[in-house]
Amino acid sequence: MSILVNEDTKVLVQGITGGFGGRHAGLSLDYGTALVAGVTPGKGGHNFEHGDHKVPVYDTVAEAVAETGATASAIFVPPPFAADAILEAVEAGVDLVVAITEGIPVMDMMRVKEIMKGSKTRLIGPNCPGIVTPGTGPDSTGGCRIGIAPGYIHKKGTVGVLSRSGTLTYEAVWQVTQLGYGQSTCVGIGGDPINGTSHLDVLKLFNDDPETEAIIMIGEIGGSAEEEAAEWAKEFCKKPIAGFIAGATAPPGRRMGHAGAIVSGGKGTAEAKKEAMADAGMVVAETPSAIGQALLDAWGK
Amino acid sequence: MNIHEYQAKELFDRFEVPSPRGQMAETAEDALKIAQEINSDLMVVKAQVHAGGRGKGTFKNGFEGGVHLTNSAEDIGAIAGKMIGQTLVTKQTGEEGKLVRKVMVADAVDIKHEYYLAVLMDRETSRPVIVASTEGGMDIEEVAESSPEKILRVFIHPLAGLQAHQVRKLIVGLGLKGPAAKAFGKVLKNLYRLFTSLDCDMVEINPLVETPDGEVLALDAKFGFDDNALYRHPEVEAYRDIEEEDPREVAAAEFDLSYIGLDGNIACLVNGAGLAMATMDAIKFSGGDPANFLDVGGGATEAQVKGAFNIIQSDPKVEAILINIFGGIMDCNVIAQGVVAAVKETGLKLPLVVRLEGNNVAAGRETLTASGLAITGADDLADAARKAVAAV
Repeated sequence: MSILVNEDTKVLVQGITGGFGGRHAGLSLDYGTALVAGVTPGKGGHNFEHGDHKVPVYDTVAEAVAETGATASAIFVPPPFAADAILEAVEAGVDLVVAITEGIPVMDMMRVKEIMKGSKTRLIGPNCPGIVTPGTGPDSTGGCRIGIAPGYIHKKGTVGVLSRSGTLTYEAVWQVTQLGYGQSTCVGIGGDPINGTSHLDVLKLFNDDPETEAIIMIGEIGGSAEEEAAEWAKEFCKKPIAGFIAGATAPPGRRMGHAGAIVSGGKGTAEAKKEAMADAGMVVAETPSAIGQALLDAWGK
Repeated sequence: MNIHEYQAKELFDRFEVPSPRGQMAETAEDALKIAQEINSDLMVVKAQVHAGGRGKGTFKNGFEGGVHLTNSAEDIGAIAGKMIGQTLVTKQTGEEGKLVRKVMVADAVDIKHEYYLAVLMDRETSRPVIVASTEGGMDIEEVAESSPEKILRVFIHPLAGLQAHQVRKLIVGLGLKGPAAKAFGKVLKNLYRLFTSLDCDMVEINPLVETPDGEVLALDAKFGFDDNALYRHPEVEAYRDIEEEDPREVAAAEFDLSYIGLDGNIACLVNGAGLAMATMDAIKFSGGDPANFLDVGGGATEAQVKGAFNIIQSDPKVEAILINIFGGIMDCNVIAQGVVAAVKETGLKLPLVVRLEGNNVAAGRETLTASGLAITGADDLADAARKAVAAV
């Protein structure tokens, strides 16, 4: 089952004709994703070609949706235009927007979030690696890959993974795969301070997903999303959760790479998050190498 | 990105947030001229550095205090002469202190009351919030602890903006009346306009003073800008003072490396911010002390690795280096080749531990072994951290 996307989800890529968007559109096609359209204003009428694939490119998201029935969009649009691209997809009525772009001004995202209230569209990101539901083919191909994650590290299974990071997430996913287990869906919610989907939002989805048996939750300093998720999980989550929090050694007041990774006014520390998670019964790993073991401990395997 | 007090005043002037008459000076002569123009009963001269605690600081030449009040223009000139070109050490600068190149000369106004006023982006609600208090001129965090009821908060709708009734709510909450109430209302509206126009993350005025004449002025301000939005505010970007920044961080930016200098002895080079933070944590967990945060991002080209090595080597405190790369799309062998080339070219002499995992990792590990260089391999991050700590 998985959450949010599966092998049948029809995906369009906004910014497909750019170098970054094109490269990852190609990798998603290789993975077996049902990538049915691209959108780049002014480049409509051409095809995006990758191997044997010919993906039609449209000028607008509305046209792409009308012609192909796409229900999910990946945003590979540069920061000055990304908020507008998100809103265009929302207006076109897609179910899911995954904003990969890093560097969108915070106030743009604040406005996007407000405008999106009441719409049926779910936003993931921005500044995120995207979402993967692994398939049953070799190296987990045949699934759905939206974003920039490496496909081959995944394996079809029952562990739900959610995280703010990119490569740190891949470490955890790779460990799970090496241990012989697999992932139902991996969701990267991104490193920005204002984003579309929180840890709590994804935990709820995993909790309700019959295919997900255990969960890995990865967080980092800044904000209180992990604490909020832990508080809910303590009372309502039926599934075992293992976790990791990055940034215990970060100096206060500095942005550690991610715009949202900052300890501000004493709030958002790794310590507070680890405490909240442990209090909720989660098994919190001390180093990334121990995430796999933390999962086994939490799961009772 | 930080800005100087005199630059903050320029922004305030532009958006009509009143502050005392004043100007920046780079020489004692200019300071004297400005003081003569201001010609007030009481004036202040302040060292311009990106650090707080200036008033209680000491210069390395023995001169005490980075902030001085005096009633004489000649004294202003003389004091400026003792500050400019000297190094000021405050609680926030560290022992090295900061070189003072500029001073601000301003009118010292009569103060009837000191307030606190700030506009911040509130993460939890995804809205701007106005924070105000009658307890200005002191550490607001102490006020939050001892008398939280004296801190007023008003959240702003992201699209509707600051509403007139919200301004009135704050005026009443702060107990302002008469001309001062009116003046405060104007200051607040203009401050909010500045905040949104320049994509600020934070603007904090402490103290915001009420004078006996009912004027309301900003006496000191701290600004934080959304780095993601600087591209659309070139005039703010132009305020950047590279000489106030860590030279290692300035050098790193030129290679598109995300770098933060710390105080430890084990340097790291990682791809991905979350993984880089986790690597620093792993070093600490193994009993070491990280020297930096360094994210090479999605690329990690040979040029970037070389650039990173040079920056790391220029730091005398570094005694070992840990490279941790999870090659997702990135090819581990390409990284390994880049590392080998960089080591050969920069003549690296420090112990180097490299942990590679992911795409084409076998070839990558082989490249490192075959290079003949003194590179220690590691299986996982915990192993790598232990080895780096042991190498010191």
